[in-house]
Amino acid sequence: MDKSVSPQNSLVSVRHLTFTRGDTKIFDDISMEFERGKITAIMGPSGTGKTTLLKLIGGQLFPNQGIINIDNKNVHQLRRADLYSLRKRMGMLFQSGALLTDMNVYDNVAFPLREHTHLPESMIRTLVLMKLQAVGLRGARNLMPNELSGGMARRVALARAIALDPMMIMYDEPFTGQDPISKGALVHLIKSLNNTLGLTSIMVSHDVQETTAIADYIYVISGGKIVGQGTPQEIKQSTSEWVQQFMTGAADGPVHFHYPAKDYVDDLLSSGKRY
Amino acid sequence: MMIEFLQTLGKNTRASFTKLGRATFFLIQTVSGTASVLPRPRLLLKQMYSVGVLSFLIITISGLFVGMVLGLQGYYTLSDFGAEETLGVMVAASLVRELGPVVSALLFAGRAGSALTAEIGLMKATEQLSGMEMMAVDPIKRIISPRFLAGLLSMPLLAALFSAVGIIGGQLVGSGLLGVDEGAYWSQMQANIDFQDDIINGVLKSLVFGFVTSWIALFEGYDSVPTSEGVSRATTRTVVNSAFSILGLDFILTALMFGDD
Amino acid sequence: MQHTNTQDTLVGLFVAAGIAGLFFLSMQVSNLSSFTEHDSYTITARFENSGGLKVKSPVSAAGVKIGQVTGIRFDPKTYQSVVSLSIDVQYNNLPEDTTASIFTAGLLGEQYVSLEPGGSDDFLKNGGNIEITQSAIILEKAIGQFLFKSAEEKAEGKKK
Repeated sequence: MDKSVSPQNSLVSVRHLTFTRGDTKIFDDISMEFERGKITAIMGPSGTGKTTLLKLIGGQLFPNQGIINIDNKNVHQLRRADLYSLRKRMGMLFQSGALLTDMNVYDNVAFPLREHTHLPESMIRTLVLMKLQAVGLRGARNLMPNELSGGMARRVALARAIALDPMMIMYDEPFTGQDPISKGALVHLIKSLNNTLGLTSIMVSHDVQETTAIADYIYVISGGKIVGQGTPQEIKQSTSEWVQQFMTGAADGPVHFHYPAKDYVDDLLSSGKRY
Repeated sequence: MMIEFLQTLGKNTRASFTKLGRATFFLIQTVSGTASVLPRPRLLLKQMYSVGVLSFLIITISGLFVGMVLGLQGYYTLSDFGAEETLGVMVAASLVRELGPVVSALLFAGRAGSALTAEIGLMKATEQLSGMEMMAVDPIKRIISPRFLAGLLSMPLLAALFSAVGIIGGQLVGSGLLGVDEGAYWSQMQANIDFQDDIINGVLKSLVFGFVTSWIALFEGYDSVPTSEGVSRATTRTVVNSAFSILGLDFILTALMFGDD
Repeated sequence: MQHTNTQDTLVGLFVAAGIAGLFFLSMQVSNLSSFTEHDSYTITARFENSGGLKVKSPVSAAGVKIGQVTGIRFDPKTYQSVVSLSIDVQYNNLPEDTTASIFTAGLLGEQYVSLEPGGSDDFLKNGGNIEITQSAIILEKAIGQFLFKSAEEKAEGKKK
């Protein structure tokens, strides 16, 4: 393994993970370490199963091979009750926010508190307002989810994810589809929450600029394999052509612009047979 | 050609069996999840609102019209035999035994069942169910079971309302419009409608229909492909499958209940 | 919180309406009210033939329902049909020499027991027995007799 991540200090470790869906191998024998208190990012093009990885870590999907340990416990061998108590200590921010559409912002953030604790309503109110203040949306507490912009919805979801003061948070594409201001707000939030709450963050993203700005360590995956890893600085200076294409966003490179087809000239000159 | 046909047939058979298996497993989880709803009546109350109260109007209005039509048709048929006095029996028997449970269940499937499927399907598509799982909240217990229980409890109430309103509608037309003696309408009815055989059996029927319709609606939503197209397909399947199940089960239940009379 | 309160009220109304509907069906539409509200006493009547009489068939006097049939059995000694009648206690003044007949309500209607009070000063008590009975008119028999009679009359007419 890489020397910069010591397995002793990692909260989540993925070892020799293989996962297939149908006939396609989403992950092919990959190993990763996620260090405590750090932001670790997983990058790669769309459709490489980054969200799947988060679901595997959360125990919602089962791997074909390999193990995932969280806090030295094998997620996929836990009994249901144990898995659920582990999940109380994990937050997850879904790409859509996954807010419950029939409740307003306040009730959404209060939801995990009401489900898992027997706190009096006055204390729940204090906690909810604190969490909403942290994401800057204390004033939006009475809005319904369909009245929120995408960025606001994600911030509410983030407030909800930290409601139970988890030990780690998983972010699924937190920046996708956001305007620059929202992106900036989210970048700032993720970084500051990580530092002030001492969280371990796992972030899946393909937004190069934002990710490199806050991540402590980056894995680049493609085709089910890890094609590059290191600190943002190391990744930027990577000699791998593939990583370079991904980081700079070049249209052509190891990943071709054109979908595989037969030769262009041949194709044009072939008889005008209709398909 | 033949091989291909057999292959498709086999594939479809296998698919329907695995779906049936999933549905059964889902039902077991749902039913065992109802135990955790009981300490939280608020969850049930909220669903009784969207399942029961919102179906109230369509059920009562339909019941009234069905009863009025029965009053008209029954009168024309019975008066040929000089038996108008038995109009009450005819209206009440058809409503309490058949039309009440069956038509209200069909309406329920169209109104509440499709709404349940769409709601659950959209919750799945927008990752709300998945998100709940990640918050260590079991979506079956929190979302599915209360809705199931609400459907099961609402159905007999709705069917009873349908029948009651229908009988009154039949009376309005029969004695109000066509001149059947009001006393005869009610007394003939009371003499011939049996509490055990008719009322209780009607309620049992509607309980069965409520069970099956809620099961189908919730399962189709939970099992839907989480896209807008998948959800709309699932909604259609709910209505179609519920209608088939209600009518098929009605035949079986009628044969069992009223067969040896 | 206003919102949930309205919802609660509506759900309460809905459940109340549903239960009222069930109650209406039980008490107003079905026969539940007719045999739970009052106490009753039982008398028996013996018929040569009880025809299509059934358990729960009505028992009436002067066209008013006063009770119902609770049992019909065959007596192998006398080859008669023994019918138990449950009569509402408020009608406890039926004379001992009351006549019981089995009639049909309308041409196609169901059969019922009609009681015709006699003139005795002693009343029927629980477990009492009605002595004078008239059997059900069996439609097939009646038609048969009618045809037979008219055939006879015709034959006689020809003789003359």
